[in-house]
Amino acid sequence: MKNSGRKINSNTVLLIITIVLFVVLYAGGCIAYGSKGFTHLQTFLNILITNAGLICIACGMTVVMLTGGIDISVGSLVAMDCMMIAVGLQAGIGMVPMIIIVLGVGLLFGAVQGYCVGYLEIQPFIVTMAGMFFGRGMTAVISTDQLSITQDINAAFYNLANLKIALPFGGYTNNKGVYQVPFIRVGVVVALVVLVVIFIMLRYTKFGRSLYAVGGSEQSAQMMGLNVKWAKMRAYMLSSFLCSIGGICYCLNTMAGSVQQALGLEMDAIASSVIGGTLLTGGVGNVIGSFFGVLINGTISSIVKSNGKLASSWPNILTAILLFVFIVIQSLFALYRSRKNK
Amino acid sequence: MNKNNTSIWTRIRSSALFLPFVCLVLVMAVNIIYDTMNGSNPLTFFIITLRDTTGNGTILYGRIIDILNRGSEAALLALGMTLVVSSSAGTDISVGSVMSVCASFCCMLLAGYGVSSTNDFNVPLVVGILAALILGCVCGAFNGFLVAFLKIQPMVATLILYSAARAVGLLMCNDLIVYIRNDAYGFLGGFCGILPTPIIITAICIVILTLVLKKTALGMYIQSVGINDKASRIAGLNSKMIIWATYVLCGLFAAIAGVVASSRITSADSNNIGLYMELDAILAVALGGNSLGGGKFNLAGSVIGAYTIQAITTTLYNLGVSSAQAPVFKAIIVIIIVAIQAPPVKAFMRKRAAQKQTVREGARA
Repeated sequence: MKNSGRKINSNTVLLIITIVLFVVLYAGGCIAYGSKGFTHLQTFLNILITNAGLICIACGMTVVMLTGGIDISVGSLVAMDCMMIAVGLQAGIGMVPMIIIVLGVGLLFGAVQGYCVGYLEIQPFIVTMAGMFFGRGMTAVISTDQLSITQDINAAFYNLANLKIALPFGGYTNNKGVYQVPFIRVGVVVALVVLVVIFIMLRYTKFGRSLYAVGGSEQSAQMMGLNVKWAKMRAYMLSSFLCSIGGICYCLNTMAGSVQQALGLEMDAIASSVIGGTLLTGGVGNVIGSFFGVLINGTISSIVKSNGKLASSWPNILTAILLFVFIVIQSLFALYRSRKNK
Repeated sequence: MNKNNTSIWTRIRSSALFLPFVCLVLVMAVNIIYDTMNGSNPLTFFIITLRDTTGNGTILYGRIIDILNRGSEAALLALGMTLVVSSSAGTDISVGSVMSVCASFCCMLLAGYGVSSTNDFNVPLVVGILAALILGCVCGAFNGFLVAFLKIQPMVATLILYSAARAVGLLMCNDLIVYIRNDAYGFLGGFCGILPTPIIITAICIVILTLVLKKTALGMYIQSVGINDKASRIAGLNSKMIIWATYVLCGLFAAIAGVVASSRITSADSNNIGLYMELDAILAVALGGNSLGGGKFNLAGSVIGAYTIQAITTTLYNLGVSSAQAPVFKAIIVIIIVAIQAPPVKAFMRKRAAQKQTVREGARA
């Protein structure tokens, strides 16, 4: 009892560190670049808008990582989704059918990967790496052009992307004397809904708890009578499905389809989850941490952009340093715990 | 007689090199069929000729030479990756980025910081290359420290350098592509006599590594640590140091591959050198019949795996598939190959074989 209390404690500590770090980073940005508008609510909302897709994807990644797996196919699946939407809308398919098709393809994609991981017992890294190649290549098979979605092609999709949802608070008057109303976009709403749904699912549903059980110890989960294979397969399906939702959010931001889109997005998602306290060994973590991981990522690139003089490679380096710090803290916790248990 | 035959067949089939060889043969078969259907010589794939070129003098020319040449980097990376996979049951996903940073570092030293194009060396060539190799070892040592001493999962530990190393390389080159317009630098990626230099470099690396692994006990130590870390420690091995050493070696090979790749284009293109190479390297290890779960390894399998991947790529280009679309076929091939090796499929095949055996014995009785 005492032991398990300590275990939960150290995991909560990690989450608290993540949140504190985000607050510190953001406060640092406000102090350093307050004059450039960093203190406005809109700066924060912009981080959400830019990373709406990544939030959905990071949720999916967390689900898979909880089972002890990994999904590196998400970046190319996003590229494929964007390309499908761009080509589909150009071919005259409506927005709603197109979204349904994209979600369906995501589910199918995840089902194949999940089957390979769960039932054929192939290493997740290899399976999803093949998925990554497949997605990127399939994008090129669909079209190698750079397609952009304009108002002429599909007005509904265009309007949805440009829809501003105004917030009733936090406005400010800019230097030209115009009152600016803070706003978010549809993607943010979708991302936040996904976040809440996945949080509740992981915490209160049978499926969510079985994911933790499988990640904690596959053998024990099996002995408890859980269907480990089916749980794993569903985890990958959920990940690809969320990734498709994320892909649609991403497409709403970029309004384009291109083979080179969303390169390296999978690593952003993994880094966010790890910074958020999810262990790659499985069984530990939650989506709230991943959400703050994404926000930390976004804050770093916002700060670098606000500075304006730093080279474009700095966000990568800073994220890597953060990742390093977090990983070392995690491992020190783990070493401490195993020493205590002895 | 019959029994003897089956036993040889089983022995061949259970050999570790069976799968990579079959893949290579299949790829060649596809080439032969395609060439025959096209009306050209069925053996075009295997023909190696001597050709006069304007830049390089007389060189060997042929599809196989090309595959060996282009597959050099993947083969070099696969050497290091095999050891890492074997000792730590994890993969080093930073090798592509390490390639890039080492190439950038080498070119930065040779050209001087902030110079984007040069004809003369700032420092002697040897110094630049040695510095790159040392940087590779340092990167490997960093990864190894995290994995061996802090007990972090290899993929997470190497994720740090995966995202940082390429960015550091960009910083070193001041966000530019550094060109070294000097024939001496192009030698490593060019031709040495009639053979492409990368092939020779790879061959030397393979020979040295094989000798080290076979003549010393290092190979056995690595396998024993991979099979059971704790038991090896109790048996008196310094398992942490051995895991650490494999990562240093992996970094070294990544650096060599990086220098070769940069020498090929006589420049340091931080954004593109080694892009996705880590995936090819991991794939090569898996194709070579090595378990990604650690333990026993087979160096020859990994090398053949690396060349198989290159052969697949070259064949796809030959069939007219564009480089952007080639990954689709690569993915399908990978899944098929890995699925054949999957434990449930193997168990199913064994069950079927056993059933056949009983039926045959029943018939005989």
